[in-house]
Amino acid sequence: MADLSYPDNLRYTKDHEWARKDGDDLVIGITAFAQSQLGDVVYVDLPDVGKALRAGDDFGVVESTKAVSELLSPVSGEVTGRNDPLVDTPEAVNEDPYGKGWMIKVKPSDPGAFDALMDAAAYAAFVAEQG
Amino acid sequence: MAPRRTPLYDTHVRYGGKLVDFAGWELPVQYEGVIAEHKAVREAAGLFDVSHMGEIVFEGEGALGACNELITNDLNHIADGQAIYAGLLNERGGFVDDVICYRFSPTKILICANASNAEKDFAWMKAHAKKGPDLRDESESWAQLAIQGPKAVGILQKLAKTELSAIAFFHFAEGELDGKPVILARTGYTGEDGFEIFCRPDDAAPLWEAIVAAGKPDGLVPCGLGARDSLRLEAKLALYGNDIDDETTPLEAGLGWIVKLDKPSFIGKAALEKQKAEGVKRKLVGFTLVERGIPRHGYPVLADGEPVGVVTSGTMSPTLGQPIGLAYVPTDLASVGSTFAVEIRGKPVAAQVVKTPFYKRK
Repeated sequence: MADLSYPDNLRYTKDHEWARKDGDDLVIGITAFAQSQLGDVVYVDLPDVGKALRAGDDFGVVESTKAVSELLSPVSGEVTGRNDPLVDTPEAVNEDPYGKGWMIKVKPSDPGAFDALMDAAAYAAFVAEQG
Repeated sequence: MAPRRTPLYDTHVRYGGKLVDFAGWELPVQYEGVIAEHKAVREAAGLFDVSHMGEIVFEGEGALGACNELITNDLNHIADGQAIYAGLLNERGGFVDDVICYRFSPTKILICANASNAEKDFAWMKAHAKKGPDLRDESESWAQLAIQGPKAVGILQKLAKTELSAIAFFHFAEGELDGKPVILARTGYTGEDGFEIFCRPDDAAPLWEAIVAAGKPDGLVPCGLGARDSLRLEAKLALYGNDIDDETTPLEAGLGWIVKLDKPSFIGKAALEKQKAEGVKRKLVGFTLVERGIPRHGYPVLADGEPVGVVTSGTMSPTLGQPIGLAYVPTDLASVGSTFAVEIRGKPVAAQVVKTPFYKRK
């Protein structure tokens, strides 16, 4: 299992997704805390490229042996890419949540949306409050 | 109401168990991870805290007969030192609970009940049992450990003077484990060989440590409820509240083998005889998904787009690497090879009935 770290170059949501800048796009996944809460991830369902998302919309699901969890988009925008290898290697979400476990790329409709999300310190404090 | 804790609560915390509320008990859902624990049980051994289970005892003259009137199976068919799986039914033939009855003698029967049902069961038995023998809820007096897996018996033998190979499947013996008085029952809920160990609550933590120490070289790991659930599902062992409840009968659940209609009487017998004569209208079947997805408890079963049944349990099978599930379906869809759809988040996903258990040990 990955350490419960929250890299400084990412931004975070209260729904435990992270976003990273990649040119004009944002790469999105779930946090180390989220995967540790879910347990062994065995199934990931992701949206088609081109799909329009609004912030807070569910864009897919991640399932562990025990639980189903909706994936909620941190920002509004259009899906520009998805991590298809996750279909066969969902365990990457546990092993490398900020790397090989990424889920989708989104072109945000508001370029400022990224900066409006929580930074690592704020998210770590939020997680600590959740106990 | 705050969840109850077993005598192993501190042990679970110390071992890094992720604690959840299960049936009113604070128990670990996992330690290292469900899949790793599941595989350890299939390949080596796992240790479970099942102290939340209830223990109810009939003791005294007429104990066997009084218990036999309440259960579907027949205690006259087994010897002292043997156990049977049985249904405790209501008058409609639905399950009050599914239980294991341990026959110590015709004057002493111990009933192991599901944690979520133990109090209800005891009240039900009190209300319906023939007067005479003493009926006691001993749940507070017992802790229970389960050691399961191909290496379980060898590991346990290191701590036991009793010759464990002499205790056959669904037999039990009173004895000592690491010097502590226990009941050693060759039963389980995983589809593997192994033992369930009834011990005094104060002995549970030292016994846990002794078993972990004895088993570590053989690959034994502590296991949580997550692995217990996926293991039992692969073995098609019913989970009360999911696969069976007070509205489902043993005949519908594929548990006809625990129903002995040749017994003079037991609660629910008339309802089961009627159901058998009329034909069972729905059956619990095992299925796999033909398309991507994971079936879960409560998902609708569709035939020609119409809801005709419901999924009762489902998971991604760690052993098979396939999505598996159990569902109640109309009898005409219940034979192996039949196809239907499971509705997952609004979308029909193709499923096929397969032979069960999904996993059978060699």
